[in-house]
Amino acid sequence: MVVPRFWRERRHRYSLIGTQCPVCGTVYFPPRNVCPKCGRKSLGKMEEFQLSGKGKIYSYTIVHQNVLGYKYQKPYIMAIIETPEGPKITAQIVDIEPEEVHIGMPVRAVFRRITEDGKAGIIQYGYKFVPDWEELEK
Amino acid sequence: MDFRIKNLLSRLFRFPVLCENLNERTKASEIVNRRNQNTIKIKYNGLHFPRGEIMVGIVTYGSYIPIYRIKTAEIARMWGDKPEHPENGLGILSKSVPGYDEDAATIAVEALRNALRRKNIPGEKIGAIFVGSESHPYAVKPTASLIAEVIGAYRAHAADLEFACKAGTAAMQNVYAMVKAGMIEYGIAIGTDTSQGQPGDALDFSASAGGTAFIIGKDEVIAEINDTVSYVTDTPDFWRREGQRYPSHGGRFTGEPAYFKHIISAAKILMEKVGTKPEDYDYAVFHQPNGKFPHRVGKRLGFTKEQIKQGLLTPYIGNTYSGATPTGLSAILDVAKPGDRILAVSFGSGAGSDAFDITVTDEIENFNRDAAPKVWDMINRKKYIDYAIYLKFRRMIVEVD
Amino acid sequence: MRDVAIIGAGETKYGEHWDKSLRDLAVEAGLKALEDAGIYAEDIQAMFGGNMSAGSFVGQDHVGALMADFAGLTETMIPAMRIESACASGAAALHAGYMAVASGLYDIVLVGGVEKMTDLPGDMVTDILAGAADREWEVFFGATFPALGAMMARRYMYEFGMTREQMALFPVIAHKHGALNPDAHFQREITVDTVLNSAMVADPLTIMNCSPVSDGAAAVVLAPAEIARKYTDSPIKISASTFANEYISLHSRESLVRSVSTIEAGKKAYRMAKKEPKDIDLVEIHDAFSIIAIIGLEDLGFAKKGEAHKLAEEGQLYYDGDLPYNPSGGLKAKGHPVGATGVGQVVEIVKQLRNEAGKRQVEDAKVGLTHNVGGIMTSSIIHILEVM
Repeated sequence: MVVPRFWRERRHRYSLIGTQCPVCGTVYFPPRNVCPKCGRKSLGKMEEFQLSGKGKIYSYTIVHQNVLGYKYQKPYIMAIIETPEGPKITAQIVDIEPEEVHIGMPVRAVFRRITEDGKAGIIQYGYKFVPDWEELEK
Repeated sequence: MDFRIKNLLSRLFRFPVLCENLNERTKASEIVNRRNQNTIKIKYNGLHFPRGEIMVGIVTYGSYIPIYRIKTAEIARMWGDKPEHPENGLGILSKSVPGYDEDAATIAVEALRNALRRKNIPGEKIGAIFVGSESHPYAVKPTASLIAEVIGAYRAHAADLEFACKAGTAAMQNVYAMVKAGMIEYGIAIGTDTSQGQPGDALDFSASAGGTAFIIGKDEVIAEINDTVSYVTDTPDFWRREGQRYPSHGGRFTGEPAYFKHIISAAKILMEKVGTKPEDYDYAVFHQPNGKFPHRVGKRLGFTKEQIKQGLLTPYIGNTYSGATPTGLSAILDVAKPGDRILAVSFGSGAGSDAFDITVTDEIENFNRDAAPKVWDMINRKKYIDYAIYLKFRRMIVEVD
Repeated sequence: MRDVAIIGAGETKYGEHWDKSLRDLAVEAGLKALEDAGIYAEDIQAMFGGNMSAGSFVGQDHVGALMADFAGLTETMIPAMRIESACASGAAALHAGYMAVASGLYDIVLVGGVEKMTDLPGDMVTDILAGAADREWEVFFGATFPALGAMMARRYMYEFGMTREQMALFPVIAHKHGALNPDAHFQREITVDTVLNSAMVADPLTIMNCSPVSDGAAAVVLAPAEIARKYTDSPIKISASTFANEYISLHSRESLVRSVSTIEAGKKAYRMAKKEPKDIDLVEIHDAFSIIAIIGLEDLGFAKKGEAHKLAEEGQLYYDGDLPYNPSGGLKAKGHPVGATGVGQVVEIVKQLRNEAGKRQVEDAKVGLTHNVGGIMTSSIIHILEVM
């Protein structure tokens, strides 16, 4: 049963909490302990930063493979989403047909089950993205 | 000693004088009632329920309904049934289906986040979290602790509740009481479910998924909870034994001795207590296991179809169990205006009903309802699936690891 | 720092070797290289083995020690280590071996690469290969390795308008060459239609746009250039061995259509070898996915950004064209036993430069370049080899 490895990342995965470098202001998601641009100056000083969850699709694909833990969800949409805060995020796009996805589509983060450690193990929750219906209906 | 003298002595010397028996105490309270006309002390089983001076009620609310739907006609086709049976007989056209990656916890989080989009309450101020469901993802490991982590409410009294379809309103009562007692500043009550009925059973037409979160407090209240009562008996109309996959029910027994008896009792107790009549209400929402029962019970209590319409969601999304009455209430709050009065009565099998008398305040004009999707907008945002995908999403196909 | 030369090379056939284990493959390739160099076990002073994931594929770690043991190198108790850089483990091992000889610490060094991938079912292999990406923030959320390649491909197609048909030309060329290579995993030609109609792996990459799961091993023997002629009449000089590394995740990068690590390693390699792209006679480019080869060719200066497919359309990439591309068949047709590939690419260039490539011989081959990447173009390792 894998427990601590997933538990450790829970706050970041539940709420899209990344880090911000106090020296150059760059926001990072996933969170980093050191800013790649500022190096040692940022060590121990990185601050938590809450992303808004809004974004646009930068690139995407539709996965048809048999993937461990994803058998019942194939085919599923994988995407890289660019956020207004700066970072890009790799996540699934759900609640939509593959044909409807396009680069530039506005999306919004939601809280979903990502995977589970078998029938008896822990359920891993995290972020996926759905179309930003309010934006699209404007 | 004559009870009148006891009463006088206790008031003079400020210590409680023991009453010999319950009857004397009851009479004592009647004297107190007559003396103190300006403060309403309501007699109820011998206990005093003073009406608080502070306004306690809903500070923000939010709901979530999954996007997938299955038509009851499709379910009927599967089981060799005519579509008229669920559509006309049960008054249900379609029901919501959770995605493969959704469960009662994800629905709870989405509903809560919708509530926080309308009004943000920081996690540190949340003193209690109660999540009511009959489909908590774990049998042991509370959904409430996940909610606490998601919003950073590490000092909250958190626990899960179960009382069939009324677990959500039971959560509301707990949180309301804690705010009223001054124990917490804000509390979260969530009713959420991804309920299942045995395939081929009548409940397969109605068991659906959805949830609503209320944050209850005393600052900037948009809907005051004037009062709430409950009525409970041991009535086995619908149940699930430990280890069983699907629930069982008593067929027609779930009607009169269960649903109708408890809703009518709780509604009447409440309306008598606060001194109202059906005409005093602008909206009424009852537990809605199908599209027919709410009209029937409403009619028997004296409510009109117009009063019930806004909160009756089952015909389109099915019965969201612990989310049913709360989401109906949420749909009403989406359109309510200051001064609107609402009666909400839930029903949970096993059995019991919680009734709420709610008045919408002026504060709702300052409240940003548009910051999150409204219930009827979510109902109308849908994707239909067939029975095979439904089985896959509901994990009813036996999975071999 | 002294110059380093290759004095021997050998490899197994790539394919599904049901009857050969991890150690069987490594030993076969190693012994072929030793024989080719005309040396014996006692002459080897150090061993560097490239291997991505024997621990996951067959439960075996300590791969360096195991290979040295079963290759009969234990009597001399030489240092033997595994070098890992995902799919670039082979070239990374060569870079390590190059450093060992160039520094003067060792003279005769054996560099190998091996991977045994077919002992597990497909979904487990996919999961192990995904370890080349960011497990916690890419793979955990559902990104397989082909999914990442596919997202690069789609962005590239969006920015430059390349079509699936144009991308399909690359596996077609690879298979043309594979059909001429008796050691290749696949030895049959295919057409653009075969590619387009084959099963979709991660849209827009079909199974024909992705390299196969292969077993295999390859090895080369390194020696200081100044004494290379003692061992062979056709030593091959390693003119450049460069390595660059960038952000592991696609989402951390500025652009999905260029590989800054390939550009950097390429620049360093051309500088080190004192060469330009036009001086290169043939290339072995990492075509794990067609898009990686496309971006690789551009980032190494062989085509303008967005135009690599023109090279394919104009027929320049065939073994008898202007820029022979993957004459071995590349990762697509020759095969991709991950840890072995980087070394195998070098073995192919060595054969070509020695005129030993048979039916797929590139005419007048004097200078070759190999491009081996780890992960989704995270680490890029370039070697430039030339006839001494």
